[in-house]
Amino acid sequence: MLRYVIERVLLIVVTMFVVITLNFFLLQLIDGSPFDNGKITPVQVEMMKRKYGLDAPPMEQYLRYLKGVVQGDFGTSFKLQNKEVKDLIADKLPNTVKIGSMALIFGVIVGILLGALAAIYRNSFWDHFVTVLAVVGVSIPSFVMAAFLQYYFVVKLGWFPFLFQEPDVDKGITVWMSVHSMLLPAFSLSFYVISATMRYMRSELVEVLNSDYILLARAKGLNKSQVIMRHALRNALIPVITIIGPMAISLLTGSLVIEQFFGVPGLSKLLLNAVYQNDYFLILGVNSFYSFLYVVIVLIVDLLYGVIDPRIRLKGGN
Amino acid sequence: MAKKVLEVKNLEVNFRTFSGEVKAVRDVSFDVYEGETLAIVGESGSGKSVTVKAIMGLLASNGYYKNGEILFEGKNIATMQEKELHNIRGNRIAMVFQDPMTSLDPTMKIGKQIMEVIRLHQKASKEEAYQKAIKLIELVGISDPEERMNQYPHQFSGGMRQRIVIAIALACEPKILIADEPTTALDVTIQAQILDLMKDLQKKIGASVIFITHDLGVVANVADRVAVMYAGRIVEVGTADEVFYDPRHPYTWGLIASMPDLDTQGKLYAIPGTPPNLVSPPKGDAFALRSEYAMKVDFEEQPPFYKISNTHYAATWLLDERAPQVTPPEIIVKRREKMKGVR
Repeated sequence: MLRYVIERVLLIVVTMFVVITLNFFLLQLIDGSPFDNGKITPVQVEMMKRKYGLDAPPMEQYLRYLKGVVQGDFGTSFKLQNKEVKDLIADKLPNTVKIGSMALIFGVIVGILLGALAAIYRNSFWDHFVTVLAVVGVSIPSFVMAAFLQYYFVVKLGWFPFLFQEPDVDKGITVWMSVHSMLLPAFSLSFYVISATMRYMRSELVEVLNSDYILLARAKGLNKSQVIMRHALRNALIPVITIIGPMAISLLTGSLVIEQFFGVPGLSKLLLNAVYQNDYFLILGVNSFYSFLYVVIVLIVDLLYGVIDPRIRLKGGN
Repeated sequence: MAKKVLEVKNLEVNFRTFSGEVKAVRDVSFDVYEGETLAIVGESGSGKSVTVKAIMGLLASNGYYKNGEILFEGKNIATMQEKELHNIRGNRIAMVFQDPMTSLDPTMKIGKQIMEVIRLHQKASKEEAYQKAIKLIELVGISDPEERMNQYPHQFSGGMRQRIVIAIALACEPKILIADEPTTALDVTIQAQILDLMKDLQKKIGASVIFITHDLGVVANVADRVAVMYAGRIVEVGTADEVFYDPRHPYTWGLIASMPDLDTQGKLYAIPGTPPNLVSPPKGDAFALRSEYAMKVDFEEQPPFYKISNTHYAATWLLDERAPQVTPPEIIVKRREKMKGVR
């Protein structure tokens, strides 16, 4: 097991190297510089570039950046008061993660429950209802959902605040109020998660319920709920777990629109602004961070998979 | 005569499908006696699997008992509530399935899968169930039971998995063991081992066995009595000797003729045509369409059972006193004679 983990971590290092390299050279292809501004002259731009080392050949810049990365230095932002990229990410990340994990946990739990119900009561009203809900959930973009939710729950009912609020003692915003303001954005995001998980769970469980070992479990004399709880659910959950990883990523990266909608100072907003302003190191930093999250989550999911599925655990172990 | 443990009377099972009602089992009656092995043979789709699933109360959700009774220990399984069935399944009547590769839960330890059924029906403590499971694993001929208890199905070969399934089935010493093609998915050497094991254990616990198969070689090996099914009906039933060496129904002739033996030369015989569609089964003898011995009456009326001996019955108009004398296929005649020599 340990060897497996070490192997995977080494692979992550290689992956990250490739990602950083590709990203770096792709950014070189973009027109313009961080200093594009009508108010400064081309000469001033050149001077700025020289100051930040952007006039060197791409290869030299690349090696310099790589060296920094190895030493834990991801550069500084050109635009945001010369702040370190690391600090900027660390600053914005919690908001994104809070809302994202809220949406993920809520969505996955609700999705699994609804999907399981649909599979167990197959072809019933419940099943059809859930199937329709899933189609709706996957087809409606989260921003449409967000607009609808904002209109209904904020404007009409006034249950939630319009915008995201960070806890702030000075402004009298408590942690609870902040969490309250996160519910709507989290729910807008979770709608997709619910639908995707639900569909997956339903089809997996339907398949499992038709399998021979479920027939054997019934032939043992177990009743319906025992068959489902002891044999069916665990087997159906195995494939469902695999989609949670990618879904978590798409929540983090895909929360872009939602963050704009609810004014959440999160990672996506940071990335978007960086792209607008050619803030190279910030783009690189956020991109690499996303990639890093991705591979780490995939690793966690694979390890989790081993916990729940003995066939994989043992192959990795020996 | 031994005691009856199971009585199936005029059983009819239908399935609702989009193309209509499939009449999978049509008026099937048979008895199972204490300690005997009854083999039900027939080609795919003849209704043999559905018959035994009906005995377990394990019909698919679109299937239902149209008619008939399944009497076990004085009660009719066909009208039983699900709750009552839970006490019978795995306890009084147990089942071994066709494919050992897929019939064990892949994510549950073998030991737990065996203990589960013991704890369910015998209200045993965890420790008792554990000890019993270990004994069962030894009983079915697997070594290192303690270690095996903690392993998962994928660490077992096909033959060993089938041994485990048998252990699960026998855990509560059932009155009836139903084996639905238990050796079909195994290779031939393993088949023989599993058959021997089943015979052995059957003697030990004194269960009756209903053995479903389409492999006549297996039947000859295990069965005391044989019932031949075709298109949802039993067409011939008798002791193994009677059915093998003195078959009377043209379908049984066809089946036996298509089984190779040491004298078989050239092309193997195959029954022409395919079984009828059971959404609208043919009038009369369902096999008439494929039979070269079919008479006019075969297409019009279902033949009754004719008694050949106390144990041997066949449903074919050929046995009617008005029917012309026909000679069965050469190979059947030969086998009859060969057998006379041996006996």
